[in-house]
Amino acid sequence: MTTAAPVKTKYEAVIGLETHCQLNTKTKIFSPISTEFGAPPNTNVSPICLGYPGVLPVLNEKVLEYAVKAGLALNCQIAPYSKFDRKQYFYPDLPKNYQISQYDLPIAEHGWLEIELVQDDEPIRKKIGITRLHMEEDAGKLVHAGSDRLSGSTHSLVDFNRAGVPLLEIVSEPDIRTGEEAAEYGQELRRIVRYLGISDGNMQEGSLRCDVNISVRPVGQTEFGTKVEIKNMNSFSAIQKAIDYEIERQIKCLEDNKPIFQETRLWEEGSQKTISMRSKEGSSDYRYFPEPDLPPIEVSPEQLEQWKSELPELPAEKRHRYEEQFGLSAYDARVLTDDRTTTEYFEAAIALDADPKQVANWVMGDIAAYLNSEKLTITEIALKPAILAELVQLIEKGTISGKIAKEILPELLTTEIESLEKFVESKGMTQISDTGELEKMIDELLAENPDKVEKFRNGKTKLQGFFVGQIMKKTSGRADPKLTNQLLGKKLKG
Amino acid sequence: MIDREQVHKVAHLARLDLTADEEAAFTKQLSSILEYFEQLSELDTENVPPTTRAIELSNVARPDQLQPTVSHDELLKEAPAQEDDFFRVPQILND
Repeated sequence: MTTAAPVKTKYEAVIGLETHCQLNTKTKIFSPISTEFGAPPNTNVSPICLGYPGVLPVLNEKVLEYAVKAGLALNCQIAPYSKFDRKQYFYPDLPKNYQISQYDLPIAEHGWLEIELVQDDEPIRKKIGITRLHMEEDAGKLVHAGSDRLSGSTHSLVDFNRAGVPLLEIVSEPDIRTGEEAAEYGQELRRIVRYLGISDGNMQEGSLRCDVNISVRPVGQTEFGTKVEIKNMNSFSAIQKAIDYEIERQIKCLEDNKPIFQETRLWEEGSQKTISMRSKEGSSDYRYFPEPDLPPIEVSPEQLEQWKSELPELPAEKRHRYEEQFGLSAYDARVLTDDRTTTEYFEAAIALDADPKQVANWVMGDIAAYLNSEKLTITEIALKPAILAELVQLIEKGTISGKIAKEILPELLTTEIESLEKFVESKGMTQISDTGELEKMIDELLAENPDKVEKFRNGKTKLQGFFVGQIMKKTSGRADPKLTNQLLGKKLKG
Repeated sequence: MIDREQVHKVAHLARLDLTADEEAAFTKQLSSILEYFEQLSELDTENVPPTTRAIELSNVARPDQLQPTVSHDELLKEAPAQEDDFFRVPQILND
Protein backbone atom coordinates (compact mmCIF):
# COMPACT_ATOMS: atom_id res chain seq x y z
CA MET A 1 0.00 0.00 0.00
CA THR A 2 1.30 3.43 -0.89
CA THR A 3 0.19 6.83 0.16
CA ALA A 4 0.43 9.41 -2.59
CA ALA A 5 2.80 12.25 -1.69
CA PRO A 6 1.20 15.69 -2.14
CA VAL A 7 1.77 16.59 -5.79
CA LYS A 8 3.73 19.76 -4.99
CA THR A 9 6.35 18.07 -2.82
CA LYS A 10 6.98 15.43 -5.46
CA TYR A 11 8.46 18.03 -7.82
CA GLU A 12 10.96 20.81 -7.66
CA ALA A 13 11.41 23.79 -9.94
CA VAL A 14 14.77 24.81 -11.37
CA ILE A 15 14.88 28.54 -12.06
CA GLY A 16 17.45 30.92 -13.52
CA LEU A 17 17.09 34.63 -14.16
CA GLU A 18 18.43 36.79 -16.95
CA THR A 19 18.37 40.43 -15.93
CA HIS A 20 18.93 43.51 -18.03
CA CYS A 21 19.91 46.57 -16.08
CA GLN A 22 20.08 50.03 -17.67
CA LEU A 23 23.06 52.05 -16.49
CA ASN A 24 22.50 55.67 -15.51
CA THR A 25 25.34 57.18 -17.50
CA LYS A 26 24.83 60.62 -19.07
CA THR A 27 25.59 59.35 -22.56
CA LYS A 28 25.05 56.17 -24.53
CA ILE A 29 27.42 53.21 -24.54
CA PHE A 30 29.06 53.93 -27.90
CA SER A 31 27.99 57.49 -28.79
CA PRO A 32 28.12 60.80 -26.90
CA ILE A 33 24.32 61.25 -26.97
CA SER A 34 21.96 61.73 -24.03
CA THR A 35 20.29 58.70 -22.43
CA GLU A 36 17.48 60.77 -20.87
CA PHE A 37 14.22 58.86 -20.44
CA GLY A 38 11.01 60.30 -21.88
CA ALA A 39 12.51 62.71 -24.45
CA PRO A 40 10.44 63.35 -27.63
CA PRO A 41 10.84 60.49 -30.16
CA ASN A 42 14.14 60.28 -32.02
CA THR A 43 15.71 63.34 -30.41
CA ASN A 44 18.43 61.44 -28.55
CA VAL A 45 19.89 59.85 -31.65
CA SER A 46 23.12 60.16 -33.59
CA PRO A 47 24.51 58.55 -36.73
CA ILE A 48 26.23 56.01 -34.43
CA CYS A 49 23.06 54.87 -32.63
CA LEU A 50 21.31 54.66 -36.00
CA GLY A 51 24.12 52.65 -37.56
CA TYR A 52 24.65 55.00 -40.48
CA PRO A 53 27.54 54.07 -42.78
CA GLY A 54 31.06 55.09 -41.85
CA VAL A 55 30.52 55.74 -38.15
CA LEU A 56 32.87 54.58 -35.41
CA PRO A 57 31.50 53.49 -32.02
CA VAL A 58 33.73 54.36 -29.04
CA LEU A 59 33.17 52.83 -25.60
CA ASN A 60 31.96 55.13 -22.80
CA GLU A 61 34.55 54.67 -20.01
CA LYS A 62 31.84 54.94 -17.31
CA VAL A 63 30.10 51.87 -18.73
CA LEU A 64 33.25 49.82 -18.24
CA GLU A 65 33.75 51.18 -14.72
CA TYR A 66 30.12 50.42 -13.76
CA ALA A 67 30.28 46.93 -15.28
CA VAL A 68 33.46 46.10 -13.36
CA LYS A 69 32.04 47.50 -10.11
CA ALA A 70 28.84 45.48 -10.56
CA GLY A 71 30.96 42.41 -11.28
CA LEU A 72 32.99 42.97 -8.11
CA ALA A 73 29.85 43.56 -6.04
CA LEU A 74 28.53 40.23 -7.35
CA ASN A 75 31.74 38.46 -6.30
CA CYS A 76 32.71 37.77 -9.91
CA GLN A 77 36.09 37.23 -11.48
CA ILE A 78 36.86 40.23 -13.67
CA ALA A 79 38.24 39.24 -17.05
CA PRO A 80 41.77 40.52 -17.65
CA TYR A 81 40.95 40.47 -21.38
CA SER A 82 37.46 41.09 -22.70
CA LYS A 83 35.91 42.04 -26.04
CA PHE A 84 32.69 43.01 -27.80
CA ASP A 85 30.87 40.91 -30.41
CA ARG A 86 28.13 41.43 -32.93
CA LYS A 87 24.93 39.48 -32.30
CA GLN A 88 22.98 39.28 -35.55
CA TYR A 89 19.23 39.31 -35.67
CA PHE A 90 16.57 41.07 -37.65
CA TYR A 91 14.02 43.22 -35.91
CA PRO A 92 13.16 46.84 -36.71
CA ASP A 93 14.02 48.06 -33.19
CA LEU A 94 17.64 47.25 -34.02
CA PRO A 95 18.92 49.75 -36.58
CA LYS A 96 22.11 47.90 -37.51
CA ASN A 97 20.54 44.43 -37.65
CA TYR A 98 23.07 43.42 -35.06
CA GLN A 99 23.45 44.28 -31.41
CA ILE A 100 26.85 45.05 -29.98
CA SER A 101 27.13 42.68 -27.04
CA GLN A 102 29.69 40.36 -25.47
CA TYR A 103 29.78 36.67 -26.28
CA ASP A 104 32.64 34.40 -25.25
CA LEU A 105 34.77 36.86 -23.26
CA PRO A 106 32.34 38.72 -20.97
CA ILE A 107 33.73 41.32 -18.56
CA ALA A 108 32.77 39.28 -15.46
CA GLU A 109 32.02 35.62 -14.66
CA HIS A 110 31.64 33.06 -11.85
CA GLY A 111 30.11 35.17 -9.08
CA TRP A 112 27.31 34.90 -6.55
CA LEU A 113 24.94 36.97 -4.52
CA GLU A 114 23.34 36.17 -1.21
CA ILE A 115 19.59 36.34 -0.79
CA GLU A 116 17.92 36.47 2.58
CA LEU A 117 14.37 35.39 3.28
CA VAL A 118 13.03 36.17 6.73
CA GLN A 119 10.87 33.42 8.23
CA ASP A 120 9.53 33.88 11.79
CA ASP A 121 12.14 36.61 12.18
CA GLU A 122 14.89 34.07 11.43
CA PRO A 123 16.99 34.92 8.37
CA ILE A 124 17.35 32.08 5.85
CA ARG A 125 20.33 32.80 3.63
CA LYS A 126 21.17 31.28 0.29
CA LYS A 127 23.87 31.93 -2.28
CA ILE A 128 22.69 32.23 -5.88
CA GLY A 129 25.43 31.76 -8.47
CA ILE A 130 26.06 34.39 -11.12
CA THR A 131 27.13 32.77 -14.38
CA ARG A 132 28.19 35.94 -16.17
CA LEU A 133 27.76 39.69 -16.49
CA HIS A 134 28.34 41.53 -19.73
CA MET A 135 27.91 44.93 -21.39
CA GLU A 136 25.66 45.55 -24.36
CA GLU A 137 23.53 48.19 -26.07
CA ASP A 138 19.76 48.49 -25.72
CA ALA A 139 17.40 48.46 -28.72
CA GLY A 140 14.83 51.08 -29.75
CA LYS A 141 11.09 51.08 -29.11
CA LEU A 142 8.32 50.15 -31.54
CA VAL A 143 4.84 51.62 -31.75
CA HIS A 144 2.49 49.43 -33.76
CA ALA A 145 0.05 51.40 -35.91
CA GLY A 146 -3.47 50.35 -36.82
CA SER A 147 -3.73 48.07 -33.78
CA ASP A 148 -2.50 48.06 -30.20
CA ARG A 149 -0.77 44.74 -30.86
CA LEU A 150 1.75 43.52 -33.36
CA SER A 151 -0.76 41.19 -34.96
CA GLY A 152 -3.22 43.26 -36.92
CA SER A 153 -0.98 46.32 -37.24
CA THR A 154 -0.56 47.80 -40.70
CA HIS A 155 2.92 49.21 -40.08
CA SER A 156 5.13 50.21 -37.17
CA LEU A 157 6.89 53.37 -35.98
CA VAL A 158 10.34 53.29 -34.44
CA ASP A 159 11.78 55.53 -31.74
CA PHE A 160 15.54 55.04 -31.44
CA ASN A 161 16.03 57.16 -28.29
CA ARG A 162 16.72 53.99 -26.29
CA ALA A 163 18.95 52.42 -28.95
CA GLY A 164 22.49 52.40 -27.59
CA VAL A 165 21.58 53.02 -23.95
CA PRO A 166 24.09 50.96 -21.91
CA LEU A 167 22.87 47.70 -20.39
CA LEU A 168 24.36 45.11 -18.12
CA GLU A 169 23.07 41.63 -18.73
CA ILE A 170 23.37 39.50 -15.61
CA VAL A 171 22.72 35.76 -15.89
CA SER A 172 22.17 33.64 -12.79
CA GLU A 173 22.91 29.96 -12.32
CA PRO A 174 19.81 27.74 -12.12
CA ASP A 175 20.05 27.84 -8.30
CA ILE A 176 16.62 29.33 -7.63
CA ARG A 177 13.81 27.00 -6.54
CA THR A 178 10.75 29.17 -5.82
CA GLY A 179 9.00 32.33 -6.99
CA GLU A 180 9.78 33.92 -3.65
CA GLU A 181 13.52 33.26 -4.05
CA ALA A 182 13.42 34.67 -7.58
CA ALA A 183 11.69 37.86 -6.44
CA GLU A 184 14.23 38.24 -3.62
CA TYR A 185 17.12 37.67 -6.04
CA GLY A 186 15.73 40.45 -8.25
CA GLN A 187 15.33 42.79 -5.30
CA GLU A 188 18.84 42.10 -4.02
CA LEU A 189 20.22 42.79 -7.47
CA ARG A 190 18.31 46.08 -7.53
CA ARG A 191 19.60 47.02 -4.06
CA ILE A 192 23.16 46.31 -5.22
CA VAL A 193 22.97 48.45 -8.38
CA ARG A 194 21.30 51.24 -6.41
CA TYR A 195 23.93 51.09 -3.65
CA LEU A 196 26.59 51.28 -6.35
CA GLY A 197 24.76 54.25 -7.85
CA ILE A 198 24.99 52.77 -11.34
CA SER A 199 21.28 52.36 -12.13
CA ASP A 200 17.93 53.59 -10.82
CA GLY A 201 16.64 49.99 -10.98
CA ASN A 202 13.16 51.21 -11.90
CA MET A 203 11.11 48.29 -13.22
CA GLN A 204 8.13 50.32 -14.44
CA GLU A 205 10.33 52.45 -16.68
CA GLY A 206 12.16 49.32 -17.81
CA SER A 207 15.53 50.13 -16.20
CA LEU A 208 15.47 46.64 -14.71
CA ARG A 209 14.00 43.81 -16.76
CA CYS A 210 13.96 40.17 -15.66
CA ASP A 211 13.37 37.14 -17.87
CA VAL A 212 12.91 33.81 -16.18
CA ASN A 213 13.98 30.32 -17.29
CA ILE A 214 12.07 27.62 -15.51
CA SER A 215 11.69 23.85 -15.60
CA VAL A 216 10.18 21.32 -13.24
CA ARG A 217 11.46 17.83 -12.38
CA PRO A 218 10.62 15.07 -9.91
CA VAL A 219 12.57 15.50 -6.66
CA GLY A 220 15.72 13.40 -6.82
CA GLN A 221 16.07 13.54 -10.59
CA THR A 222 19.35 15.12 -11.66
CA GLU A 223 18.51 15.94 -15.31
CA PHE A 224 16.60 19.14 -15.96
CA GLY A 225 13.05 19.14 -17.31
CA THR A 226 12.06 21.04 -20.46
CA LYS A 227 12.96 24.70 -20.06
CA VAL A 228 10.36 27.44 -20.60
CA GLU A 229 11.20 31.14 -20.74
CA ILE A 230 8.82 33.71 -19.22
CA LYS A 231 8.93 37.40 -20.07
CA ASN A 232 6.95 40.56 -19.51
CA MET A 233 6.96 40.88 -15.72
CA ASN A 234 7.27 44.48 -14.59
CA SER A 235 7.34 44.08 -10.83
CA PHE A 236 8.90 41.67 -8.35
CA SER A 237 5.49 40.43 -7.28
CA ALA A 238 4.69 39.71 -10.94
CA ILE A 239 7.90 37.63 -11.16
CA GLN A 240 6.84 35.65 -8.11
CA LYS A 241 3.29 35.13 -9.34
CA ALA A 242 4.37 34.21 -12.88
CA ILE A 243 6.76 31.58 -11.51
CA ASP A 244 4.22 30.15 -9.08
CA TYR A 245 1.71 29.94 -11.92
CA GLU A 246 4.23 28.32 -14.26
CA ILE A 247 5.35 25.74 -11.67
CA GLU A 248 1.76 24.65 -11.21
CA ARG A 249 1.11 24.56 -14.95
CA GLN A 250 4.20 22.44 -15.63
CA ILE A 251 3.47 20.03 -12.75
CA LYS A 252 -0.03 19.58 -14.13
CA CYS A 253 1.39 18.78 -17.58
CA LEU A 254 3.66 16.12 -16.03
CA GLU A 255 0.87 14.65 -13.92
CA ASP A 256 -1.45 14.50 -16.93
CA ASN A 257 1.28 13.11 -19.19
CA LYS A 258 1.02 16.12 -21.47
CA PRO A 259 4.11 17.50 -23.22
CA ILE A 260 5.88 20.66 -22.04
CA PHE A 261 7.17 22.64 -25.02
CA GLN A 262 10.42 24.56 -25.03
CA GLU A 263 8.98 28.00 -25.72
CA THR A 264 8.71 31.60 -24.62
CA ARG A 265 5.63 32.52 -22.62
CA LEU A 266 4.37 35.95 -21.69
CA TRP A 267 3.04 36.88 -18.26
CA GLU A 268 -0.35 38.54 -18.56
CA GLU A 269 -0.98 40.81 -15.61
CA GLY A 270 -4.71 41.06 -16.35
CA SER A 271 -5.52 37.35 -16.34
CA GLN A 272 -2.60 36.43 -13.99
CA LYS A 273 -1.54 33.71 -16.42
CA THR A 274 1.35 32.91 -18.73
CA ILE A 275 0.44 32.53 -22.39
CA SER A 276 2.43 30.93 -25.17
CA MET A 277 4.20 33.23 -27.61
CA ARG A 278 4.79 31.83 -31.06
CA SER A 279 8.44 30.79 -31.23
CA LYS A 280 10.67 32.32 -33.86
CA GLU A 281 12.25 29.76 -36.19
CA GLY A 282 16.03 29.95 -36.24
CA SER A 283 15.95 32.89 -33.84
CA SER A 284 18.84 31.50 -31.83
CA ASP A 285 21.21 31.54 -34.80
CA TYR A 286 22.92 34.79 -33.83
CA ARG A 287 26.17 34.16 -35.73
CA TYR A 288 28.29 36.11 -33.24
CA PHE A 289 31.60 37.44 -34.40
CA PRO A 290 34.11 39.88 -32.86
CA GLU A 291 33.11 43.56 -33.27
CA PRO A 292 35.90 44.91 -35.50
CA ASP A 293 35.24 48.58 -34.63
CA LEU A 294 35.91 48.18 -30.91
CA PRO A 295 39.34 47.19 -29.60
CA PRO A 296 39.48 44.70 -26.71
CA ILE A 297 39.44 45.75 -23.06
CA GLU A 298 42.25 44.96 -20.67
CA VAL A 299 41.59 45.92 -17.07
CA SER A 300 44.93 46.38 -15.32
CA PRO A 301 45.40 45.10 -11.74
CA GLU A 302 45.94 48.74 -10.59
CA GLN A 303 42.69 49.90 -12.16
CA LEU A 304 40.88 46.94 -10.65
CA GLU A 305 42.22 47.76 -7.18
CA GLN A 306 41.17 51.39 -7.59
CA TRP A 307 37.58 50.45 -8.47
CA LYS A 308 37.46 47.86 -5.70
CA SER A 309 38.45 50.53 -3.18
CA GLU A 310 35.58 52.73 -4.34
CA LEU A 311 32.88 50.13 -3.61
CA PRO A 312 30.46 51.06 -0.82
CA GLU A 313 29.43 48.66 1.94
CA LEU A 314 26.88 46.45 0.18
CA PRO A 315 23.38 45.51 1.39
CA ALA A 316 24.22 41.95 2.55
CA GLU A 317 27.25 43.15 4.55
CA LYS A 318 25.14 45.91 6.08
CA ARG A 319 22.37 43.52 7.09
CA HIS A 320 24.87 41.26 8.85
CA ARG A 321 26.52 44.20 10.59
CA TYR A 322 23.23 45.73 11.75
CA GLU A 323 22.22 42.44 13.33
CA GLU A 324 25.58 41.77 14.95
CA GLN A 325 26.68 45.26 15.95
CA PHE A 326 23.32 46.83 16.89
CA GLY A 327 21.36 43.73 17.90
CA LEU A 328 18.62 44.54 15.41
CA SER A 329 16.29 41.80 14.24
CA ALA A 330 16.75 40.31 10.77
CA TYR A 331 13.52 41.99 9.72
CA ASP A 332 14.58 45.44 10.98
CA ALA A 333 18.02 45.13 9.40
CA ARG A 334 16.38 44.28 6.10
CA VAL A 335 13.96 47.21 6.16
CA LEU A 336 16.64 49.72 7.14
CA THR A 337 19.11 48.59 4.48
CA ASP A 338 16.58 48.36 1.68
CA ASP A 339 17.73 51.65 0.24
CA ARG A 340 20.93 53.55 0.57
CA THR A 341 19.46 56.90 1.63
CA THR A 342 17.67 55.26 4.58
CA THR A 343 20.85 53.53 5.78
CA GLU A 344 22.77 56.77 5.44
CA TYR A 345 20.13 58.59 7.50
CA PHE A 346 20.10 55.84 10.13
CA GLU A 347 23.89 55.74 10.33
CA ALA A 348 24.16 59.53 10.61
CA ALA A 349 21.79 59.48 13.62
CA ILE A 350 23.56 56.65 15.45
CA ALA A 351 26.94 58.21 14.76
CA LEU A 352 25.78 60.85 17.28
CA ASP A 353 25.46 58.16 19.94
CA ALA A 354 21.71 57.73 19.78
CA ASP A 355 20.45 54.24 20.66
CA PRO A 356 20.29 52.23 17.38
CA LYS A 357 17.10 50.35 18.30
CA GLN A 358 15.25 53.54 19.19
CA VAL A 359 16.44 55.32 16.03
CA ALA A 360 15.40 52.26 14.00
CA ASN A 361 11.92 52.33 15.56
CA TRP A 362 11.41 55.99 14.64
CA VAL A 363 12.76 55.55 11.11
CA MET A 364 10.66 52.46 10.38
CA GLY A 365 7.61 53.66 12.30
CA ASP A 366 6.39 57.26 12.37
CA ILE A 367 8.90 58.58 9.82
CA ALA A 368 8.26 55.79 7.30
CA ALA A 369 4.49 56.26 7.68
CA TYR A 370 4.87 59.98 6.95
CA LEU A 371 7.13 59.36 3.94
CA ASN A 372 4.61 56.86 2.61
CA SER A 373 1.60 59.09 2.96
CA GLU A 374 3.36 62.16 1.56
CA LYS A 375 5.27 60.22 -1.13
CA LEU A 376 8.58 61.70 0.01
CA THR A 377 12.04 60.25 0.45
CA ILE A 378 13.94 60.49 3.71
CA THR A 379 16.29 63.13 2.33
CA GLU A 380 13.37 65.45 1.59
CA ILE A 381 12.10 65.95 5.14
CA ALA A 382 13.02 68.78 7.52
CA LEU A 383 13.86 66.35 10.31
CA LYS A 384 17.60 65.80 10.00
CA PRO A 385 19.39 62.80 11.51
CA ALA A 386 20.97 65.04 14.18
CA ILE A 387 17.57 66.18 15.47
CA LEU A 388 16.26 62.60 15.49
CA ALA A 389 19.31 61.59 17.49
CA GLU A 390 18.57 64.39 19.95
CA LEU A 391 14.93 63.32 20.17
CA VAL A 392 15.93 59.78 21.12
CA GLN A 393 18.41 61.09 23.65
CA LEU A 394 15.99 63.58 25.26
CA ILE A 395 13.46 60.76 25.76
CA GLU A 396 16.16 58.58 27.27
CA LYS A 397 17.23 61.34 29.67
CA GLY A 398 13.59 61.95 30.62
CA THR A 399 13.63 65.57 29.38
CA ILE A 400 10.57 64.83 27.26
CA SER A 401 8.10 61.99 27.37
CA GLY A 402 7.58 59.54 24.53
CA LYS A 403 4.06 60.92 24.20
CA ILE A 404 5.31 64.49 23.72
CA ALA A 405 7.88 63.23 21.23
CA LYS A 406 5.09 61.70 19.14
CA GLU A 407 3.12 64.93 19.40
CA ILE A 408 5.88 67.20 18.19
CA LEU A 409 7.04 64.87 15.43
CA PRO A 410 4.66 66.23 12.73
CA GLU A 411 6.11 69.71 13.29
CA LEU A 412 9.68 68.39 13.24
CA LEU A 413 9.03 66.59 9.95
CA THR A 414 8.10 69.85 8.23
CA THR A 415 10.06 72.52 10.12
CA GLU A 416 13.81 72.62 10.30
CA ILE A 417 15.18 73.52 13.72
CA GLU A 418 18.64 74.06 15.18
CA SER A 419 18.33 72.40 18.55
CA LEU A 420 15.57 70.18 19.83
CA GLU A 421 16.36 70.95 23.46
CA LYS A 422 15.77 74.68 22.91
CA PHE A 423 12.67 73.91 20.85
CA VAL A 424 10.95 71.88 23.58
CA GLU A 425 11.99 74.37 26.24
CA SER A 426 10.55 77.29 24.31
CA LYS A 427 7.30 75.38 23.90
CA GLY A 428 7.20 74.42 27.58
CA MET A 429 7.12 70.79 26.64
CA THR A 430 9.80 69.45 28.89
CA GLN A 431 8.67 66.62 31.10
CA ILE A 432 7.68 67.32 34.72
CA SER A 433 9.73 64.91 36.79
CA ASP A 434 9.88 67.01 39.94
CA THR A 435 8.42 64.89 42.76
CA GLY A 436 7.35 67.90 44.84
CA GLU A 437 5.54 69.55 41.95
CA LEU A 438 3.74 66.35 41.00
CA GLU A 439 2.77 65.54 44.59
CA LYS A 440 1.21 68.99 44.98
CA MET A 441 -0.90 68.43 41.87
CA ILE A 442 -1.93 64.96 43.01
CA ASP A 443 -2.99 66.27 46.41
CA GLU A 444 -5.16 68.91 44.73
CA LEU A 445 -6.70 66.32 42.41
CA LEU A 446 -7.54 63.91 45.23
CA ALA A 447 -9.11 66.78 47.23
CA GLU A 448 -11.29 67.65 44.22
CA ASN A 449 -12.55 64.04 43.86
CA PRO A 450 -13.24 62.65 47.35
CA ASP A 451 -15.95 60.29 46.02
CA LYS A 452 -13.62 58.61 43.54
CA VAL A 453 -10.88 58.33 46.18
CA GLU A 454 -13.45 56.60 48.40
CA LYS A 455 -14.41 54.14 45.63
CA PHE A 456 -10.75 53.40 44.95
CA ARG A 457 -10.14 52.59 48.57
CA ASN A 458 -13.18 50.31 48.51
CA GLY A 459 -11.56 48.21 45.84
CA LYS A 460 -12.22 49.93 42.54
CA THR A 461 -8.50 50.14 41.79
CA LYS A 462 -9.12 50.63 38.09
CA LEU A 463 -9.79 54.27 38.93
CA GLN A 464 -6.04 54.86 39.10
CA GLY A 465 -6.17 55.25 35.34
CA PHE A 466 -8.67 58.07 35.70
CA PHE A 467 -6.38 59.95 38.08
CA VAL A 468 -3.35 59.50 35.81
CA GLY A 469 -5.43 60.81 32.93
CA GLN A 470 -6.44 63.89 34.93
CA ILE A 471 -2.82 64.69 35.79
CA MET A 472 -1.86 64.33 32.12
CA LYS A 473 -4.69 66.66 31.19
CA LYS A 474 -3.60 69.27 33.75
CA THR A 475 0.00 69.13 32.49
CA SER A 476 -0.81 68.79 28.77
CA GLY A 477 0.89 65.42 28.80
CA ARG A 478 4.11 66.70 30.34
CA ALA A 479 3.98 64.75 33.60
CA ASP A 480 6.46 61.88 33.78
CA PRO A 481 4.00 58.97 33.46
CA LYS A 482 6.04 56.46 35.44
CA LEU A 483 6.64 58.80 38.36
CA THR A 484 3.04 60.02 38.32
CA ASN A 485 1.75 56.45 38.52
CA GLN A 486 4.09 55.66 41.35
CA LEU A 487 3.22 58.75 43.41
CA LEU A 488 -0.51 58.35 42.77
CA GLY A 489 -0.41 54.73 43.88
CA LYS A 490 1.21 55.73 47.13
CA LYS A 491 -1.20 58.64 47.82
CA LEU A 492 -4.35 56.70 46.89
CA LYS A 493 -3.52 53.88 49.24
CA GLY A 494 -3.37 56.65 51.86
CA MET B 1 32.56 24.39 -49.48
CA ILE B 2 29.00 25.64 -49.03
CA ASP B 3 25.91 23.88 -50.25
CA ARG B 4 22.62 25.16 -51.53
CA GLU B 5 20.84 24.39 -48.26
CA GLN B 6 23.30 26.55 -46.31
CA VAL B 7 22.87 29.43 -48.74
CA HIS B 8 19.12 29.13 -48.36
CA LYS B 9 19.42 29.25 -44.58
CA VAL B 10 21.78 32.23 -44.52
CA ALA B 11 19.54 34.09 -46.97
CA HIS B 12 16.59 33.44 -44.70
CA LEU B 13 18.50 34.69 -41.63
CA ALA B 14 19.37 37.86 -43.56
CA ARG B 15 15.73 38.15 -44.67
CA LEU B 16 16.71 37.89 -48.34
CA ASP B 17 14.23 36.34 -50.72
CA LEU B 18 16.33 34.58 -53.38
CA THR B 19 15.07 32.97 -56.57
CA ALA B 20 16.20 29.43 -57.37
CA ASP B 21 18.61 30.78 -60.01
CA GLU B 22 20.10 33.26 -57.54
CA GLU B 23 20.54 30.53 -54.93
CA ALA B 24 22.45 28.39 -57.43
CA ALA B 25 24.62 31.33 -58.57
CA PHE B 26 25.40 32.45 -54.99
CA THR B 27 26.25 28.91 -53.94
CA LYS B 28 28.92 28.83 -56.64
CA GLN B 29 30.21 32.36 -55.93
CA LEU B 30 30.29 31.98 -52.15
CA SER B 31 32.10 28.65 -52.51
CA SER B 32 34.80 30.25 -54.58
CA ILE B 33 35.23 33.08 -52.04
CA LEU B 34 35.46 30.59 -49.20
CA GLU B 35 37.99 28.51 -51.15
CA TYR B 36 40.11 31.60 -51.61
CA PHE B 37 40.11 32.20 -47.86
CA GLU B 38 40.85 28.55 -47.32
CA GLN B 39 44.38 29.21 -48.61
CA LEU B 40 45.07 30.70 -45.17
CA SER B 41 44.77 27.27 -43.58
CA GLU B 42 47.82 26.18 -45.52
CA LEU B 43 49.89 28.22 -43.04
CA ASP B 44 51.27 26.47 -40.01
CA THR B 45 49.68 28.22 -37.00
CA GLU B 46 50.68 25.58 -34.47
CA ASN B 47 52.65 28.03 -32.33
CA VAL B 48 50.69 31.19 -33.04
CA PRO B 49 48.35 32.22 -30.20
CA PRO B 50 44.77 33.03 -31.27
CA THR B 51 43.73 36.68 -31.49
CA THR B 52 40.50 38.52 -32.15
CA ARG B 53 42.05 41.25 -34.29
CA ALA B 54 44.98 42.23 -36.44
CA ILE B 55 46.02 45.51 -34.78
CA GLU B 56 47.63 45.57 -31.34
CA LEU B 57 45.32 48.05 -29.67
CA SER B 58 43.20 47.95 -26.54
CA ASN B 59 41.27 50.15 -24.08
CA VAL B 60 40.01 52.85 -26.40
CA ALA B 61 37.34 54.73 -24.45
CA ARG B 62 35.87 58.22 -24.22
CA PRO B 63 34.66 60.25 -21.22
CA ASP B 64 30.93 60.20 -20.39
CA GLN B 65 30.27 63.65 -21.86
CA LEU B 66 27.64 64.92 -24.27
CA GLN B 67 28.80 66.03 -27.71
CA PRO B 68 26.78 67.89 -30.33
CA THR B 69 25.44 65.73 -33.12
CA VAL B 70 23.62 65.94 -36.43
CA SER B 71 20.08 67.33 -36.12
CA HIS B 72 17.18 65.00 -35.64
CA ASP B 73 15.52 66.19 -38.88
CA GLU B 74 18.60 65.48 -40.95
CA LEU B 75 18.86 61.99 -39.49
CA LEU B 76 15.17 61.22 -40.06
CA LYS B 77 15.36 62.55 -43.62
CA GLU B 78 17.82 59.79 -44.59
CA ALA B 79 15.36 57.01 -43.79
CA PRO B 80 13.23 55.46 -46.56
CA ALA B 81 10.03 56.40 -44.71
CA GLN B 82 9.08 58.67 -41.82
CA GLU B 83 5.91 59.51 -39.96
CA ASP B 84 5.91 62.55 -37.65
CA ASP B 85 8.99 62.13 -35.44
CA PHE B 86 9.27 58.40 -36.11
CA PHE B 87 11.02 56.12 -38.54
CA ARG B 88 8.30 54.21 -40.33
CA VAL B 89 8.79 50.51 -41.07
CA PRO B 90 6.60 48.04 -42.99
CA GLN B 91 4.31 45.60 -41.24
CA ILE B 92 6.27 43.25 -39.00
CA LEU B 93 5.21 39.64 -39.25
CA ASN B 94 5.97 36.86 -36.84
CA ASP B 95 7.59 34.13 -38.90
